[in-house]
Amino acid sequence: MKKGKQLKLKVQLLSYKMVLLTIVLLIGYGCDTDDTQTVVTFTELTFQEEFDTDGTPSTATWNYDIGTGLDGWGNQELQYYTDRPENITVNNGVLIITANQEDFNGAGYTSARITTKDIFEQQYGRFEARIRAPFGPGLWPAFWMLGANSDEVVWPACGEIDIMEIRGQNPSILVGSVHGPGYSAGEAISKDYDLVNDRFDTGFHVFGIEWGPKYVNYYVDDVLYSQITPEDVTGEWIFDDQPFYIILNVAVGGTFPGPPNADTRFPQTMLVDYVRAYK
Amino acid sequence: MKKERNIYSKIALLLGFILALSVGCEREVSDDVEFAAFGNNPDVFIDGFSGGLEYLPFAGSKLDAFTVDSDESYQGDSSMRFDVPNEGDPSGSFAGAIFPDNGGRDLTGYDALTFWAKATKAATINEIGFGNDFGANKFLVTKQNLRISTTWTKYIIPIPDPFKLTVEKGLFWYSEGPEDGDGYTFWIDELQFENLGTVAQPQPAIFNGVDETSQTFIGITSTVIGLTQTFNLATGIDQTVTAAPSYFTFSSTDVDVARVNELGEIAVVGTGTAKITATLGGVSAKGSLTIESLGTFLAAPTPPARDAGDVISIFSDAYTNVPVDFYNGFFAPFQTTLGGADLNINGDNIIKYTELNFVASEFKNPTVDATPMTHLHVDIQVQEAIDSGDFIRIELGDFGPNSAFGGGDDSSGSVTIDGTALLNNQWVSLDIPLDDFSGLTSRSNLAQIFFISDATISTILVDNMYFYR
Repeated sequence: MKKGKQLKLKVQLLSYKMVLLTIVLLIGYGCDTDDTQTVVTFTELTFQEEFDTDGTPSTATWNYDIGTGLDGWGNQELQYYTDRPENITVNNGVLIITANQEDFNGAGYTSARITTKDIFEQQYGRFEARIRAPFGPGLWPAFWMLGANSDEVVWPACGEIDIMEIRGQNPSILVGSVHGPGYSAGEAISKDYDLVNDRFDTGFHVFGIEWGPKYVNYYVDDVLYSQITPEDVTGEWIFDDQPFYIILNVAVGGTFPGPPNADTRFPQTMLVDYVRAYK
Repeated sequence: MKKERNIYSKIALLLGFILALSVGCEREVSDDVEFAAFGNNPDVFIDGFSGGLEYLPFAGSKLDAFTVDSDESYQGDSSMRFDVPNEGDPSGSFAGAIFPDNGGRDLTGYDALTFWAKATKAATINEIGFGNDFGANKFLVTKQNLRISTTWTKYIIPIPDPFKLTVEKGLFWYSEGPEDGDGYTFWIDELQFENLGTVAQPQPAIFNGVDETSQTFIGITSTVIGLTQTFNLATGIDQTVTAAPSYFTFSSTDVDVARVNELGEIAVVGTGTAKITATLGGVSAKGSLTIESLGTFLAAPTPPARDAGDVISIFSDAYTNVPVDFYNGFFAPFQTTLGGADLNINGDNIIKYTELNFVASEFKNPTVDATPMTHLHVDIQVQEAIDSGDFIRIELGDFGPNSAFGGGDDSSGSVTIDGTALLNNQWVSLDIPLDDFSGLTSRSNLAQIFFISDATISTILVDNMYFYR
């Protein structure tokens, strides 16, 4: 954990705001150069999904992962993923992934998971999405990436970058992680960000990374809260080798959040306003 | 983009402030300006009483249960100490008090009352909250059964709807009795209203979130109960508090049938069906009450006082009833009759049967020896037009010496009441000599009373069903 670096730098979506905040930073942090980091700003749009067309997200842009995977997608997750509108649809310019409590093909919950595998894959750049999270114990929304060779090698050799993961029982805590050989699952290189006096399920927030050679920078809204570099990982750095693809999903239960309980309210929805990538 | 507007508005504010400082001209406040009349001090007890705060213990409570403790605190140099008495303590049977600021405070800018607490042992505080001012308690909030432990822990009591608290006097209250007979001590510190920003996902409820149905009559009043507000806290847990009716906005789907006021009092004013629902802070409450008003109700005549030895009551509020297994056996497959002893009108229990073809009340545990009795009394109100040929046959069943149905020793007898002897929407009191039940060879093991209409009459009320002499 590099607490000292948190909050010290601001990633800007638009340049004119950057000037403003630069001034704020100059005033606020003055000569405190020890915490300075280099933030690469990627501005050339390479992928843009605004969810402007009502109905089911297009299979030209998204793959649907269906079912329960192997061992609940490797995490003992409890949901069955479908492509039904009850679980995934676009309405009023927003993607809605809905986790329902229902008996379905042997599972007690349903939800949805979409990916850009073999459709949009990119090495390095900025990947961001504007999302309102679901809430409640056992809910596990995620905006994340896997290495393009995820079907050819055994996870975590392909690498995984988790841009946004939230445990529904911690509605104010964002988790940003990387997984690789020697540092996966419970041993992932992770950092929490506490949205003090606010929550991720009551409004939209922008979650993003800027990924370049030997670093992944994590930001939420205008706050850069984490940088992960080869020095931080307890194994081989595998994020300079291949393109990654994007995944959006809402899991129920599993090793990360634990199971839902009597306080968990269903249905739960994750709203996604847009997903964009830049290089 | 909302974010940028915020930033710019802050800049504008800042610039405005700088300008104001630089220009520095003084002006009278315009007549349009209205200042808030009430302070918004969030502090209740930090290291002592906040300004205006008073201590008023409940009558019957241990009056000195509360003290300011300067030896124990979560932060600062003192805390609130509460000594819950042992059972039988002559100084009071429980600890309980309100802490009002009778000047009133504007709490609209906060979303919760928070405090740190610890106790000499793990315990459950019966009631703790705010909004109690020894007045109307209009915006009373109670957290029931708050579990506390022996280590300082922060507790959050959410405000159901902060916009209601423009002038709140009741800043804090509690009531706690001994735990399993034993008193103990708990401390509260840093008691204050806060704007946490993480009190979210409201889920109000009335009738404890259940959709209920009630049959009633014109003139009967009742109250919306089971009023709660639930928020999800930053810890992921749902916190449910009991909320006073005035936090809710109630409505009735048909005000010509039932009306509901801001205190949740329901008045039935006409015949028909109306559904009572509510919202809190613009969020629909779970739960409702569907009222089926049957119109004007007149109770059956109250039975005369009788010595206990002169009456065997199966169903009445005037006498003590013998053990009854049921007032509707739902005998499959031929019985259509629904309902039973489920009407209660101002404390008057009444049986209502619908879709009647036949129905039995059974009292076989033990069976009843009505040998000394001379009559069966029953009040019947038919709730529909009575046609020619309609009837209700009353049948008594005796289970014989084996006190069980069947076995070759049972007997039964019946008396048929012709429709002409019954009245629509009016009680008819029947006193039938037991000797008229021809075929009933014994009444020393009575166990059943049947009403049989063969569907000629389908809806009846029944009251005051007893044997007497």
